[in-house]
Amino acid sequence: MSMIFGVPLAVLSGQLLIGFINGAFYALLSLGLAIIFGLLKIINFAHGAMYMLGALVTVVLFNTLGVNYWVALFLAPLLVGAFGVLIEYFLLRRIAGQDHIYSLLLTFGVALIIQGVLTNIYGVSGLRYAMPDMFKGGFKLDFMFLPYYRAWVIVVALLVCFGTWFVIEKTKLGAYLRAGTEDSQLMQGFGINVPLLVSLTYGFGVALAAFAGVLAAPIYSVTPGMGANTLIVVFAVVVIGGMGSIGGAIITGILMGVIEGLTKTFYPPASSAVIFLVMVVVLMFRPAGLFGKEA
Amino acid sequence: MTMTKKLLTSAVASALMVGGAQAAISDNTVKIGYLADMSGTYRDLAGPNGLKALEMAVKDFGGTVNGTKIEIVSADDRNNPDSSSSTVRRWVENDNVDMVAGLVASSVTIAVSKILEENDRLGIVSGSAASSITNEHCTPNHIHYVYDTYPLANGTASAVVQEGGKSWYLMTADYAFGHALEADVTRVVEANGGEIVGSVRHPFPTQDFSSFVLQAQASGADVVGLANAGSDTTNAITTASEFGVTQAGQTLAALLLFLTDVHALGANTAQGIQLTTGWYWDMNDDTRAWSDRFMEETGVRPTMVHAGIYSSTLHYLNAVAAAGTDDAQTVRKQMIDTPINDMFATDGRIREDGRMVHDMYLAEVKTPAESKNEWDLYKILRTIPADEAYRPLSESKCKLVTN
Repeated sequence: MSMIFGVPLAVLSGQLLIGFINGAFYALLSLGLAIIFGLLKIINFAHGAMYMLGALVTVVLFNTLGVNYWVALFLAPLLVGAFGVLIEYFLLRRIAGQDHIYSLLLTFGVALIIQGVLTNIYGVSGLRYAMPDMFKGGFKLDFMFLPYYRAWVIVVALLVCFGTWFVIEKTKLGAYLRAGTEDSQLMQGFGINVPLLVSLTYGFGVALAAFAGVLAAPIYSVTPGMGANTLIVVFAVVVIGGMGSIGGAIITGILMGVIEGLTKTFYPPASSAVIFLVMVVVLMFRPAGLFGKEA
Repeated sequence: MTMTKKLLTSAVASALMVGGAQAAISDNTVKIGYLADMSGTYRDLAGPNGLKALEMAVKDFGGTVNGTKIEIVSADDRNNPDSSSSTVRRWVENDNVDMVAGLVASSVTIAVSKILEENDRLGIVSGSAASSITNEHCTPNHIHYVYDTYPLANGTASAVVQEGGKSWYLMTADYAFGHALEADVTRVVEANGGEIVGSVRHPFPTQDFSSFVLQAQASGADVVGLANAGSDTTNAITTASEFGVTQAGQTLAALLLFLTDVHALGANTAQGIQLTTGWYWDMNDDTRAWSDRFMEETGVRPTMVHAGIYSSTLHYLNAVAAAGTDDAQTVRKQMIDTPINDMFATDGRIREDGRMVHDMYLAEVKTPAESKNEWDLYKILRTIPADEAYRPLSESKCKLVTN
């Protein structure tokens, strides 16, 4: 068998694919974060909590009302998105236009409260969400066993990422959005309801996080703390990609998943640090991030 | 005996008695500090419900020792040795805490035990797993009560090897506890004629185990051993079942599983997994009676850690009452001299290295058909006698043991 740095090629191919799948998760999460920052200039530290809420709502909906996976895939992001709209309307709106640090602290506080309350109710051992029947089993590839569900995650995550990028960068709705945040008074003069647009944008960014949460529910332990661990990594991804760059967040997300996967193969103890190492290097040479525009 | 000798003896005896009376109970309070993970990965196995168990013990003891009151303070260890050290330093230096209970993450316990030794206070460790706590890290100031990695490896690993699982791949949590468990498992596997063909040390905590599961599959080992705990273990088991590890013929061996983990996984996912435990709620009338009371307080069944906190606190308070002092060394000696017979242990005894040795149990998770309710999860396969379960003193590296 051919080897690369002492690792069989087959194992390496498997690790690349796994990294790609995790990268798709990172892309989905950092995309929402990048939209919220890029369009609203809010540093959303509640993003991890929203991801967790997406997963938790999926489990709770199933346990109490028997709502199945496919319905949850739409319903959970909708509910969490609506919750996000409420947060924007009642809290974030009051500090609009202030320094970034205010939105950071406010959303961080909201995240801690959500996480703390849910820890008291559900504990930390994790809730189970049974794998939907049609996803049980997997493809027997030459180099690895690929569960059907992971294959589905790649497809759907990339579709949603591309769709979102397309809407914001290429359609009229996206143009309104970008213009509304660029010069809200002028847009209002044109008869566009900018505050509503802002609320919906925040709600949409949060719904993307919740969507990633639904995707995560069948494969990870659903715990109130699951978002906190992921959030920091996702923030690093957004910083590497360039704060606010939507396409950058997607590409960097996938790239970081692959780099992390390779680190897990060659030197596992560094796998929790490697993304931050990349961040340091990128910031040294390109302070605005890989895809960011220099201010 | 000559007159002089008699005089001398009685003089010494009365001096001792006066000394004893002076020691008495410091600042007229027996103060217990409860330090545990209250909000993180290990919250459910110890956490706020462990504090409940401690309060139950104090209440059952009567709330006072020889007329002096018992006070409880508590703090979240955040699984962080540094912040825990400063908490305990404040407790012993400013707040006159006599005994620290709980003690969960092994890294926290090792850090805290040094401060207890400097200040000559007692620590009773109920949550930690690392066997190094009473081996190279032993002090005359702490007692390790419930279990450690030595019997975990002895129970589960030797059972799996004897059933034919000769080659092992280990997934180890990359900190003190994981390293201790890895060492103990390696020793047991090799002693039984098996071998470790590969291993990976993963960051603590890890959410996504797919990469490590893939490496374990590629290793071709008979057994995938999980030398981790809490959500790391449950996540690894979930991912292993998704990637068809057991269907492809490999055996999963979880070296440390708590009742709360198995409850979270559910009998459906966890059925058939063998594990070693220091205690189970449904073993006899005593354990059931206490567990029913615990469940009334908390709404859940107790883990072995919860039961250990209750039992060890009562044992401590009894020793304080018998010795008439809260002086650490006097109480420790009293605790060592008294065997432990209660709902937790039969003929449990504390050795000079601080290890409480008692019978351990090899259990298997019931199938959904066998399980009568959500907490009816284990059947006990075998009792591992105390002397067989724990590291013999003859192999000890503890400075308190003279070989």
